[in-house]
Amino acid sequence: MQGLLAQGISVRYGARSVLAGLDLPLLRPGEVTVLAGPNAAGKSTLLRAIAQLQPHGGQVLLDGRDLAHVPMRDRARLIGFMPQSLPSGSSLVALESVIAALRAGDTLGARQADAAAMAVLDKLGIGALALEPLSALSGGQRQMVSLAQAIVRDPRLLLLDEPTSALDLARQVRLLSELRRLAGEGRIVVAVLHDLALAAQWADRIVLIHGGHTHAEGAPEQVLTPQLLAQVYGVEARVERCSRGRIMVMIDGEHAAG
Amino acid sequence: MSDATLQRYHRQGRRNTLLVAVLGLAALAALLLDLVTGPAGLPLAETLRALTGAEVARGTQVIVWDVRLPVACMALLVGAALALAGAEMQTVLENPLAEPFTLGVSSSAALGAAVAIVLGLTLPGLPPVWGVSGNAFLFALGALGLLQLLGRIRGGGPEVLILFGVALNFTAAALLSLLQFVASADALQQLVFWTMGSLAAAQWPGVVMIGVVLAATVPFSFRAAWKLTALRLGEDQAKSFGVDVAGLRRWTLLRVSLLAASAVSMVGVIGFVGLAGPHIARMLVGENHRVFLPASILTGALVMSLASTLSKTLVPGVLLPVGLVTSLIGLPIFFALILRGRRR
Repeated sequence: MQGLLAQGISVRYGARSVLAGLDLPLLRPGEVTVLAGPNAAGKSTLLRAIAQLQPHGGQVLLDGRDLAHVPMRDRARLIGFMPQSLPSGSSLVALESVIAALRAGDTLGARQADAAAMAVLDKLGIGALALEPLSALSGGQRQMVSLAQAIVRDPRLLLLDEPTSALDLARQVRLLSELRRLAGEGRIVVAVLHDLALAAQWADRIVLIHGGHTHAEGAPEQVLTPQLLAQVYGVEARVERCSRGRIMVMIDGEHAAG
Repeated sequence: MSDATLQRYHRQGRRNTLLVAVLGLAALAALLLDLVTGPAGLPLAETLRALTGAEVARGTQVIVWDVRLPVACMALLVGAALALAGAEMQTVLENPLAEPFTLGVSSSAALGAAVAIVLGLTLPGLPPVWGVSGNAFLFALGALGLLQLLGRIRGGGPEVLILFGVALNFTAAALLSLLQFVASADALQQLVFWTMGSLAAAQWPGVVMIGVVLAATVPFSFRAAWKLTALRLGEDQAKSFGVDVAGLRRWTLLRVSLLAASAVSMVGVIGFVGLAGPHIARMLVGENHRVFLPASILTGALVMSLASTLSKTLVPGVLLPVGLVTSLIGLPIFFALILRGRRR
């Protein structure tokens, strides 16, 4: 069975249950899936659970293999993870940080790793930042370097936590079209996004997460409806179809029923 | 363009390797300087001849080989061990202030020494000369073991370890004060001397012991260099790169424990080197641990060796406690580097 299947994912922080047996539909290679939902809905937690960075109940299967039983080193080759933010205090240069992504868990030769890391930075259009210390980069630049760290091992599954939060318009397009391209090569891409307009434009599938469960999922036009948005976010929204099948979400105000 | 950038990156790498080599030479020079200074006022040529094994007077022979050389080697090795311990601690505990001194290792060692000096309680079976060091080693190792155990029970991250370390530091200091309070004047003087850090008692067996500990731990530190570098990018990142962070932290802290405990038990409480050595190294070569770790080791050795020389020459005819001197010479260098780093 090709694809990512997450079933019955549950996570508790102490007494508080964040995810209560959440099921995701089968996410196929070639698809970009966006996880959306209100703050504290458990989107980041779900992403970390899938990446096996967070102890959890339930099962995560990638191409039929239970990820919890895949040795760490092999897992690193299968999964690329981009966290919400990179620490700002490091004096490592961008290129070194991407090389570390290759050499920390593996025994890759220096020459090979250096060239691969540089190639990824170039591909993302940030080759000029290669020798800048991370501490000298802006939030958006750090986010691009973080993407480079996630994709440099050429993973089958790419998990991204709010990858566009600090990016300007041009970089947002660059990052999202890169994600589309990576998916097009047969990868599974899952990203948490807050911007529903971006989600509508770039995702094949949107999963709305609410209250620790999958509230709704499907193609953008199926999920981004006034009814569902009112249920999940408690807002009054208008959804308009524009040219070329694009969807616009406009928020008129808070929902009367709250 | 990418080729040019890679070439520049490799040039920077070579420059850093060169810097490490220069640090190594400087440490060697400092060792020699340390050897040729001393109250006996031996001429330089005579000292060098004794070192190379040429025929010299019996007294010169003894001074150089049995007094100065063990002290100088001890300074070098203790500096190296403390700085390496500090560097690795700062990385795995994700805190720039972490070092054996701040996390209670040194004060626990001092407490152990006090138990030997004041109460006369030492490990059975150990020759009396080693009583104080043996206790200090045991207490220092015990402090770090306790720290790890508490951290494991609580299951928390590095913040928990740091908090426990700080608490441990205060507890050991309080118990030490208590022992000082009840100590005889004689024991008190011995204890105060010990807590200021001294190389005067350095002997060959101690030098060999700390050398063995270094030789046994350094290869593992270097092998973990990329893993430690990855940890600087955050715990989640390191894990997603395939690093077993919990295991890395455990093994690194074990190495640190051995290094810190053996260093402190030999020479007493010496602050600053474990903190400043890594910081100076970081400012010189950055945070790629493949150069950062060797640079830390050599910086620590250099600082400690210079401190040893200065402890003999700062006040003519008086051998100052070397722990005082590390702070005295280390601090200005440290501040200068911080201020320079700010301006850049």
